[in-house]
Amino acid sequence: MKLTFAQKMLWAAAALALIAFAALAWTGGLRASGTGEATQEAFRPEFRLEDAATRPVTSEDFRGRYQLVFFGFTNCPDVCPTTLSEVAQVMDGLGSEADRVQPLFISVDPERDAGAELAEFTSAFHPSILGLAGSPEATQAAAESFKVFFAREDDAAAPDGYSMAHASALYLIGPDGDWLRQYAYGMPAADILADLQNRL
Amino acid sequence: MKLPVAAVLAFALSAGFVQAEPVRQGDLEIDAAWARASIGSSRPGAAYFTVRNLGDEADRLTGLSSPVSAMPMLHETTLSEGISRMAHVEAAEIPAGGELTLEPGGMHVMLMELTTPLKEGATFPLTLTFEAGGEITVEVPVFGPGATGPAE
Ligand SMILES: [Cu+2]
Repeated sequence: MKLTFAQKMLWAAAALALIAFAALAWTGGLRASGTGEATQEAFRPEFRLEDAATRPVTSEDFRGRYQLVFFGFTNCPDVCPTTLSEVAQVMDGLGSEADRVQPLFISVDPERDAGAELAEFTSAFHPSILGLAGSPEATQAAAESFKVFFAREDDAAAPDGYSMAHASALYLIGPDGDWLRQYAYGMPAADILADLQNRL
Repeated sequence: MKLPVAAVLAFALSAGFVQAEPVRQGDLEIDAAWARASIGSSRPGAAYFTVRNLGDEADRLTGLSSPVSAMPMLHETTLSEGISRMAHVEAAEIPAGGELTLEPGGMHVMLMELTTPLKEGATFPLTLTFEAGGEITVEVPVFGPGATGPAE
């Protein structure tokens, strides 16, 4: 078979495109992106916090159950209720299997969210959601172990003059404590439910 | 097309059937206003609506007031690399022939310093101030704390 110059150039271009695509797929697969689909090396988040009754609660307490974890704050009327209402729909959707999943709401704003404040907030969405808070150090440690970002940002246009920037995804932790995946903000409850049901 | 009455009724019931009527004034129409019930009154509430500009000149939403909040403000949630933030927005444009939609995860009215808790099933007045269109007051129905849209 004889190729013209133009044909050779086309084949070269196609080969280059293939290499570029493979490289993209490779780096894309390694990166812990916001899509939740990316593979990531296994790790085991740990926390030592308190529930609304100030009883100590640690990551070890949930072995044997899946945990659906959200980091947020109760002065968050826009993003946090959206996610917690999705969690509520997921828990209702699980029906008799709901006791195999523990939803956790970890406050990144322990200054304002402690004790009864936390329970009042989480119970507005679903009785199964357990609100947790801790000292600033314990909160930081918990977030770091989940590889989750949050930061206090001064803002005159926010209640008490500050707001919290925070990761908006839901995290799924397995019965052995391993981080399994994240569900990006806005993922429909039905999709989260289907993914969970596949695992149960 | 004819829909069975029962199906329509079932939908209306499932949708709560409390959707506010659109309010038209001049070239502007405010539609689908709703708010989430607040959890207590120490935490802020959030309200949402759509503004349609039926005219051929752009207008701007520049102010908000309501008896239920001592500090209502236009906020925008931005999501970047999975991190959400809220920031104050001075004014929002409604392009000629276009619309401005406030919705969860985007722009919202942040109702701070509530004078009364926003209770599910109640309504409250919200006055919007437009640069050209003047003041328009809408009655905002309050849905559950986990509501995600005007049809719940
Ligand atoms: Cu806000």
